[in-house]
Amino acid sequence: MKMTGARIVIESLIKENVEVVFGYPGGAIMNVYDEIYKQDKFKHILTKHEQGAVHMADGYARATGKVGVAFVTSGPGITNAITGIATAYTDSIPMVVISGQVPTTAIGTDAFQEVDAVGITRPITKHNFLVKDVKDLAFIIKEAFYLAKSGRPGPVHIDIPKNVTADMTEFVYPEKIELKTYKPNYKGNKRAIKRAVEAIKNAKKPVFYIGGGSVLSGASNIIREIVKTTQIPAVETLMARGVLRYDCPYLLGMVGMHGSYAANMAMNDADLIISLGARFDDRVTGKIDEFAKNADIIHIDIDPSQIGKVVETKYPIVGDVKLVLEEMMPMLLDGIDPNRYEEWREILKRYKELYPLTYSDSDEVIKPQWVIQITGELAPEDAIISTDVGQHQMWAAQFYPFTYPRQLLTSGGLGTMGFGFPAALGAKEGKKDKVVINFTGDGSIVMNIQEVLTGYKYKLPVINIILNNNYLGMVRQWQTMFYEDRLSETDLSDVQPDFIKLAESMGGRGFTAKTKEEFEKAFNEALNSNAVCFIDVQVDRREDVLPMVPPNSPLKNMLVFKEDK
Amino acid sequence: MKRVISVIVENEHGVLARIVNMFAARGYNITSLTVAPIPESEFSRMTIMSEGDPKVFEQIVKQLYKLIPVYKVIESDNFIEKEMAMVKFNLDEPLSDIDALARCYNGSISNVGEKHVVVSVVDRPDRIDNFLKAVKRFKPLEVVRSGVSVIER
Repeated sequence: MKMTGARIVIESLIKENVEVVFGYPGGAIMNVYDEIYKQDKFKHILTKHEQGAVHMADGYARATGKVGVAFVTSGPGITNAITGIATAYTDSIPMVVISGQVPTTAIGTDAFQEVDAVGITRPITKHNFLVKDVKDLAFIIKEAFYLAKSGRPGPVHIDIPKNVTADMTEFVYPEKIELKTYKPNYKGNKRAIKRAVEAIKNAKKPVFYIGGGSVLSGASNIIREIVKTTQIPAVETLMARGVLRYDCPYLLGMVGMHGSYAANMAMNDADLIISLGARFDDRVTGKIDEFAKNADIIHIDIDPSQIGKVVETKYPIVGDVKLVLEEMMPMLLDGIDPNRYEEWREILKRYKELYPLTYSDSDEVIKPQWVIQITGELAPEDAIISTDVGQHQMWAAQFYPFTYPRQLLTSGGLGTMGFGFPAALGAKEGKKDKVVINFTGDGSIVMNIQEVLTGYKYKLPVINIILNNNYLGMVRQWQTMFYEDRLSETDLSDVQPDFIKLAESMGGRGFTAKTKEEFEKAFNEALNSNAVCFIDVQVDRREDVLPMVPPNSPLKNMLVFKEDK
Repeated sequence: MKRVISVIVENEHGVLARIVNMFAARGYNITSLTVAPIPESEFSRMTIMSEGDPKVFEQIVKQLYKLIPVYKVIESDNFIEKEMAMVKFNLDEPLSDIDALARCYNGSISNVGEKHVVVSVVDRPDRIDNFLKAVKRFKPLEVVRSGVSVIER
């Protein structure tokens, strides 16, 4: 059947079982929006800003594991989307972004609302397309979805000129996609796996280093099983929080700059690091020359370019974490003796007891860590937690009792302030039955605060807990520690919005909490309010995120207490 | 260390930009680059000469494979490498000497005009270096070098 390019876009999305598209219309994508108007197979959520649309698609993808989809127009539409696309790219989130483009005849003429969209998104997408002929459109959409979710997932961008959405052709959606040049390697090399298993069996001080790839590959259950059976200690990166339950006895906590002492010492002292979809980010390794000096490394990753990029890898395994571990499991069970690591576990247990993750609570002023902990107690166990970026993000990662993978949605790689709230809205759209809470800061929340209106319109109740210290807290902390307390442009106390009025003006609800009682009351009310809520919690202004590995220091040089500074 | 890789890519628009972008974004330097379609196929061959230690090259190859249109990256120590250079001289230079020199480097005089003569040579990149040093004494007016092309032995 012949149809227009715009109709083909819609029909292709229906074929891909897309449930929801987040977007913002404009001149160049109007033909597509006209077709959206005529259909009822998927929902469209109109956001207030293109950045919000992409972060929502991202939050939806992180929470559900499905591909997030966003529509934007040409020129400023796609440039507004860039931060969202880059955020998804850095954290390997499956996403398809479709943008309108000026007609093919106008491309290159500096036409109204024209930018070189594929040129701009090239370095921040897994792949991108400029559709020049309507005949290619269906195939490209199929390819885009396939690329977004297969191998190492990532965002894919399709730029469609306006005349292509108006042109007509026969609609044939390909059943399968076969690309000559793209064949991700899911199954690890058998011999490499065997060698790695032997190394684990021979190690005295092994540690599982669990990264975001474990979440993306759905490896949580098998990792839980292997950790339980082998009793090998494990650490998690920020992106992997929840792969192991927070109360798993072998979990040492988060690793890296604000990781626990035990987790960092485990990495420092290990003789074997088993990396499961983690990428040895500089926030994890600290000073690279000093990182894990005595350890051999087993690196399991679907992306070969990650292996050996930062650290030398003795046992490289290119493959999907889950499939590789399934292959490893029977070999590991055959003859592994958990008692072998007893002494190692004891050492780490002592580290854990010596320097637990803690803070000094107060009755005078609310401590941000307390807010995180009490939220963990008051919220349902399966609540979805998103965060913005800064101190609150690290406190959430440290103190929230994560129970499931995909429970924490956070901009790990790019560190995008303004991510948390729209991501939470996207997650709520995908997981209607779950409570969704966004931990944010008074700096971060105002970056995409306009999306309260989106939450109001589409009935997406999300609770924003603002850990309000009247500072850009993380930068303030660094200024205090490394810039002799010169607080350059980080004090926000003179320009605080009234979050209650702000929420109410956009159909939401606002609460202020200056005491613990007020917070608990506000939180319980917010839980039952069925509206986008802001809880403005006035927290200790000068609380720091500790422990901390100073930038470019070895992991063992952690600042554990405030006096260490 | 200089090293040459041969990259087989899908012959589609934007693919050159993708490859060059990858080099630029990661701070790898391209010494030379030649591109042409492979006859009777949907592929093109890019021959890229770059500099860096083996670790850098390992990353370059892995990052190239990450690009969707990249079909194959050929690394070898057993390439036949050829590069072309064209050099322009004034007509009053000793042409027979220039011609003799060019012949030593698989070349000859390609064009003689009213004022200038153009010599072209095709040889290994290191030999092209030598040729260009040797012809300096004849006061070359202009030198143009192509990128290197390679084929496995």
